Amino acid sequence: MRERGGVADKGRNVRQGYALLAPTLVVVGLTLAAPLGLLLITSLKSQSGIGFEAGWTLAQYSEVLGRGSYRILFARSVVVAALVTALTVALAYPMAYFVAFHARRKFLWLILLTIPFWTSYLLRVFAWKIILGYGGVINSGLLGLGLIAEPLGSLLYNPFAVVVTLAHAWAAFAILPIYVSLEKIDRSLLEAGSDLGDSKLRRFLRITLPLSMPGVIGAAILIFVPTTGDFVTPELVGGPAGAMIANIIETQFTQVGNWPLGAALALVSMTMVAVLAGLFVAAARAAARAVR
Amino acid sequence: MKNRTLLAYACFYLAFLYLPVLVLPIFSFNNSAFIAFPLTGFTTRWYEALADSALQQALVNSLKVGVVTALLSTLLGLLAAKAVTQYRLRGRGVALGMISLPLFIPDIVLGISLLLLLGTIGLPLSLASVVLGHLLICAPFSLAVLVARFEGFDPNLEEASADLGEDRWMTFWRVTFPLMLPGIIASLLLTFITSFDEFLVAYFLSGTQATLPVYIWSQLRFPARLPMVLALGTIILCVSVVLVVLAEKLRNQGVKKPMVGA
Repeated sequence: MRERGGVADKGRNVRQGYALLAPTLVVVGLTLAAPLGLLLITSLKSQSGIGFEAGWTLAQYSEVLGRGSYRILFARSVVVAALVTALTVALAYPMAYFVAFHARRKFLWLILLTIPFWTSYLLRVFAWKIILGYGGVINSGLLGLGLIAEPLGSLLYNPFAVVVTLAHAWAAFAILPIYVSLEKIDRSLLEAGSDLGDSKLRRFLRITLPLSMPGVIGAAILIFVPTTGDFVTPELVGGPAGAMIANIIETQFTQVGNWPLGAALALVSMTMVAVLAGLFVAAARAAARAVR
Repeated sequence: MKNRTLLAYACFYLAFLYLPVLVLPIFSFNNSAFIAFPLTGFTTRWYEALADSALQQALVNSLKVGVVTALLSTLLGLLAAKAVTQYRLRGRGVALGMISLPLFIPDIVLGISLLLLLGTIGLPLSLASVVLGHLLICAPFSLAVLVARFEGFDPNLEEASADLGEDRWMTFWRVTFPLMLPGIIASLLLTFITSFDEFLVAYFLSGTQATLPVYIWSQLRFPARLPMVLALGTIILCVSVVLVVLAEKLRNQGVKKPMVGA
């Protein structure tokens, strides 16, 4: 038998551990840290033709934070993402609860719930354009049934269309984490609650809901971050009234060609998302503790 | 009673999830270039239109990027997950946080910052740059799946194998790998699908070599091409469903068979 656990062995082990970790950290460093550093440098420049002017400036940041139209875009992105997150989680929770506690064939339900997400994200979003459009499924269907005399023009190209589409597109990211956290709950805790005289509602509020909070928080973060920076949905169903921050960032990099301004917009929105997500996690944890 | 309310809600919710997805097959067989009710007749011509060389090239590109991303991401995830679960490392939390960081950064920021990097060091945009971007997005998923698997893994099994005289490679191959296999397959599937469906980062980084989502995006601007795109979406959906069912069957078979050979 080999000897194990000696001091020398431990030292070697730690080195081995870092060696295993190194490739991933190098890749992440090269593809994340370096590009973000460059993004920061670019945001401190100003565009001049196809190059940058010499010297450093905070002009982009004063433009980003000072101009009303950008502030509207930031605010709209955050409000839309928050609405989408709340709506998606609220709609998914009872569904996940049903599968975790009441469904007889859980696996079948999980498969049924995920199949709609097995096709292209672009096409799922595009399908809503077909459904909500002027000559779309809802309008042509209602016209055909004689329920309306002319198409409802207000369904598409507004923030409402963006919220509905995103709440659909990200549903799986709410159902699955919430289901997992509900499934983990020790059923004997619920029995204990009943035995000690809790009503069903009280039992849900004091045991099930707080214990499922990790799933809810996880789902909220998984949905809030990408939807704040979503480009496809506002572009396809949002119209000018539903444009979000990612659309203006993309424009700076492709059509306008003002990379420093685009970089500053990207960094400000990234910081904003991180701060809001952090605040949300802290608040949700505090709330869960207060309930218990 | 409450059960029934919940069941009714579940059915309603399922309908909400399926409504947009059903639009794809319905209009992909409709004999009209206009996507509106009432339906005008049955046709398969939109499926015949899929024999388009640009589309096929985009499909091949996406498959290449997806496979390479899945393999690399799972390999990196495997090494990192082993490191953080089986070694007591200082800075473990920092490393985990750093690898998971892309989850908290909107894709558009990842896409443009990588575009900046490649532009600055003068690397041309290609499928390789798309793989780089997708690796960043997929590594946190691989790590999460594999860390969960390693946490239920008993390191004593590896030690026992070493004590019985197997070298490190054979130990990995005959003990670690079979026990990790479900996690590895889950990671490969998840990362392949994520990469195959990823649009925004590929949009910035693919240059002239469009991936399938980038190709689809370019077609959405032309109303005449839409039914063909819907046909494509229908096929992707069917293939995915068949793959999921197959994967599930394989998984069940794997459970019945003994996992570790004698």
